[in-house]
Amino acid sequence: MENAMADHKQDTESVTNNQASDTALEKKQKSQEHSQEIPATDSEGYLENLSDWNENVAEQIAQSEGMQLTEAHWQIIHLLRRFYEEFELSPAMRPLVKYIGLHLGKEQARSIYLMQLFGDSPAKMASKIAGLPKPTNCL
Amino acid sequence: MSDILIIFRKPPVGTSWAREALDLALVGAAFGQKVSLLFMGDGVFQLAQNQQPDAVGQKGTQAMMQALSMYDIDDIYVHNDSLDTRGMAADQLNIDCQPITSKALPGLLQQHKQVFNF
Repeated sequence: MENAMADHKQDTESVTNNQASDTALEKKQKSQEHSQEIPATDSEGYLENLSDWNENVAEQIAQSEGMQLTEAHWQIIHLLRRFYEEFELSPAMRPLVKYIGLHLGKEQARSIYLMQLFGDSPAKMASKIAGLPKPTNCL
Repeated sequence: MSDILIIFRKPPVGTSWAREALDLALVGAAFGQKVSLLFMGDGVFQLAQNQQPDAVGQKGTQAMMQALSMYDIDDIYVHNDSLDTRGMAADQLNIDCQPITSKALPGLLQQHKQVFNF
């Protein structure tokens, strides 16, 4: 009996695995077509539920903004999420730069560096990709 | 002379006065204004440690207040008498504040171009 159950379990697992890889493949195809994987957002593209965020979603949002995320981007995105966790708010440009100076280093703590990575409104764009609300104290 | 003084006079929960005032402070600072804060009256309760705003289904301002130094808002005053009458001490607050006496209040107000009362 136990063996039968174990076998059955194995079957189910392999089925699930197949399904999983199928879905992964579909997802990949889908994202190449439209990048439809982004969970619900507001009209400006900010996630409605912070808990919907993961690195995959970040990639999708970045892609929809025509951006390719590099290690340098991830460093800022993760630090931004840390800022939000600590202070429960999305920072405007200056506090973000100051926070980067405290935690990453002088080289990165420059608005020009952030603009090179995230474009003209780095605080807004980085918040969007990091799955945080739009910085309220920012035009 | 500093640009803006924001006076926090309401309790931390029950209304959104505390949050609105803090938002204004952060906006001002983000736009390069020199902002000072003054906590007085029931506003000093906003500085209490270990607040539990979730108990009334509200999001508090304690965490946000920790970000003030990131916005270069370092001139934060608390009215001495308001603390005393509420059994609070200046060294037991959520953020670092400079205590200020009633006598010194008019001078503080005069040092600012604009004063906002919340």
